[in-house]
Amino acid sequence: MRIEFSEQEERFRNEISFWLKENLTGPFDSVIGRGGSGDQTGLFSERVKWEQHMGEHGWTCIGWPKQYGGKEATINEQVIFYEEYTRAGGPGRVGHIGETLAGPTILSFGTEEQKERFLPNIRLGKEYWCQGYSEPGAGSDLSAVKTKAEVVNGKWKINGQKIWTSLAEESDWIFILCRTTPKSKGRDGLSYILAPMDQKGITIRPIKQMTGESEFNEVFFDDAEADVNDVIGEVGKGWQVAMGTLGFERGASTLGQQIAFEQEFETILSFAKENGKANDPLIRNQISEAWIGLKIMRYNALRMLSNNEDGLLSREAMLSKLYWATWHRNLGKLAMDVLGMESEIGEEGIYNLTKLQKLFLFTRADTIYAGTNQIQRNIISERALGMPKEPRGDN
Amino acid sequence: MEFAFTEEQGLLRESAIGFLSENSDSKKIREAMESSLVYDKKVWQKMSEEMGWLALLIPEKYDGLGLTWIELTALLEKMGYFLLCSPFHSTICLGATCLLEFGNEDQKTSFLPKIANGSLQITLACLEPNGDWTPNGITCTYKKIDNEFIVSGIKKYVPYGHSADKIIVIAREEGSNGTEGVSLFLVDSEEKNLEIKKLNTMDQTRPQSLINLNKIRIPVDCVLGELGGGWNALEKLRLYGALGVSAEQVGGAQRCLDMTCDFVLEREQFGRKIGSFQSIKHRLADMMVLVESARSASYYASCMTGTNSQELEEAVSIAKSYCSEAFFKCAGDAIQLHGGVGFTWEYDTHLFFKRAKSSEIYFGDPSFHKNKISNILGL
Repeated sequence: MRIEFSEQEERFRNEISFWLKENLTGPFDSVIGRGGSGDQTGLFSERVKWEQHMGEHGWTCIGWPKQYGGKEATINEQVIFYEEYTRAGGPGRVGHIGETLAGPTILSFGTEEQKERFLPNIRLGKEYWCQGYSEPGAGSDLSAVKTKAEVVNGKWKINGQKIWTSLAEESDWIFILCRTTPKSKGRDGLSYILAPMDQKGITIRPIKQMTGESEFNEVFFDDAEADVNDVIGEVGKGWQVAMGTLGFERGASTLGQQIAFEQEFETILSFAKENGKANDPLIRNQISEAWIGLKIMRYNALRMLSNNEDGLLSREAMLSKLYWATWHRNLGKLAMDVLGMESEIGEEGIYNLTKLQKLFLFTRADTIYAGTNQIQRNIISERALGMPKEPRGDN
Repeated sequence: MEFAFTEEQGLLRESAIGFLSENSDSKKIREAMESSLVYDKKVWQKMSEEMGWLALLIPEKYDGLGLTWIELTALLEKMGYFLLCSPFHSTICLGATCLLEFGNEDQKTSFLPKIANGSLQITLACLEPNGDWTPNGITCTYKKIDNEFIVSGIKKYVPYGHSADKIIVIAREEGSNGTEGVSLFLVDSEEKNLEIKKLNTMDQTRPQSLINLNKIRIPVDCVLGELGGGWNALEKLRLYGALGVSAEQVGGAQRCLDMTCDFVLEREQFGRKIGSFQSIKHRLADMMVLVESARSASYYASCMTGTNSQELEEAVSIAKSYCSEAFFKCAGDAIQLHGGVGFTWEYDTHLFFKRAKSSEIYFGDPSFHKNKISNILGL
């Protein structure tokens, strides 16, 4: 058992941190620290330039195979990359859906032609992706999707509606889980189709959320079109492909995320020291519990990443969403408790909340998206502890 | 970075499971906890002779195996899982560790080989009837007269005091205050004017004693570490004590989860296994989060034993506070999810619940350690 990174890994750390120091400056000064949670679309075009700059220098998609322009970075190296990236104030990655979801799905399930068509533009930050999974009637129960696609005149014709799609306005492509076998039910008869966003069959409507901002969208498909070859995996086997994609969501980036959490924690800690709340024994206790929780989140991640060869990764990985989302939500509450009376006062402008107010409100979504806490508990108890599966209704 | 056990460490765990499932099953635990020694001498002997556990932490030059706290953590976790009644924690985590860290060469040569071969049991007498972990809690005094120290006072909450051969007694120089003047003495339990009374404890698996020191006379070569500079040594020693307990707590919490999973897959109500109800499943999921996180905290802290003391201190406080709460919550949930039978003497749930409570307060309860974390954060 060894906590330290190897010498070679530390050299990699120096390399990336040096590169970031040299490059994340000058024209890119403005994007430092932008695009985090609650600020997903902030300075988007500037961040696109930064993404392209990183891509040109080989610092996107570093875990991908060399054949497709990646560095084949190990899990540890990816961890180091995300840590240093966050530490340097690297902006929220505009290409993350392509790099971590669409790309790996195409790598795992796509044909050689599809890989050549899509991967370079993801890696170079030339094309951006959004996700078409959830629907108004298919949230926790994703297999209830109703959006349909059928082949008409040699093209996919897509009809239906997706919801909770981030970055829909900014994206060039969407991957859609939709029903291609008429009258099929549940997990059967679904396909994983790629469609261009810029077409008249697609309408985007932003959803105004409780922070007053719009980070998610509804996406309507009215005879939207996709190339008949732009299906990943077999037609009718889209469920298996989609589940593969969900598996890519967690992994190396988790430690970078934790550094962002640590920065939020530090902000709250210094507020507490300044305004005297640190002298309140209950607040003091809550702050120390938050710190303990954060440190253990890191230890869990280190274990999870170390164990990935003997199959334990998934066992503990299942815990991580429930753990971090709950911790982060509590941190949002703690931020308000520390601010006291000041917690109600916003910035100048029309419903312009402070960073900590946004944290407080936005973390209410953390325990809902990408599998609610309740769904996570079902998954943990069924897959890790062997409890009986939930009974399903007939529909 | 490789935050996982090696193959050898894995084998040690496997052999521990084999040994303990045979020598510390429910029947054996109950026999041990109701016996006057509160451990089985034959098992102790086997732990030493067959398993080599008492030699584990002791360097090879003192007839030990020269392994580390990482192996010890793996072993203690399994001891906690099987609720082993044994003076192992006191003798190894406290006694051997104290000699290793603070003993002089003579003391090491005289005592470590005996610990390794199972012929010497040691415990730590630091607390007093005031139950105070701070320097103010130490009221037991010593004064030097010629070539002897005269020590007087009352020590309480001493783990396995009734069976120890040697006791590390913490006392302060007469007239000293605070962290000044604190010293550690290695005292023979047969010493004249030293009276040991075994106390009745709610957790019968973790016996405690009251020790009355009535002007006992201790030769000068029995001082451990620097005379008068013992407070720092004691703090360090208690870190190891807390680290050891944390590992046991992880095992205990895991056992509560495992027992409960078995039970809810067996028990049927309303025509279905109760493990199929979400109210049960979700609680089990929460227990698993606690158990795995406690395990991460315990392993991490054990990896910090070789590093600087501030990192170790933080990691131990994180581990002890989290593992304490995790074990207690899991033990309480085990009773709740077992329903009525969870409240009976016959089922083992109460044994774990009681162990969870006694472990929680042993070497600093969660609020004690959270307070330390607050101090580290500069609050």
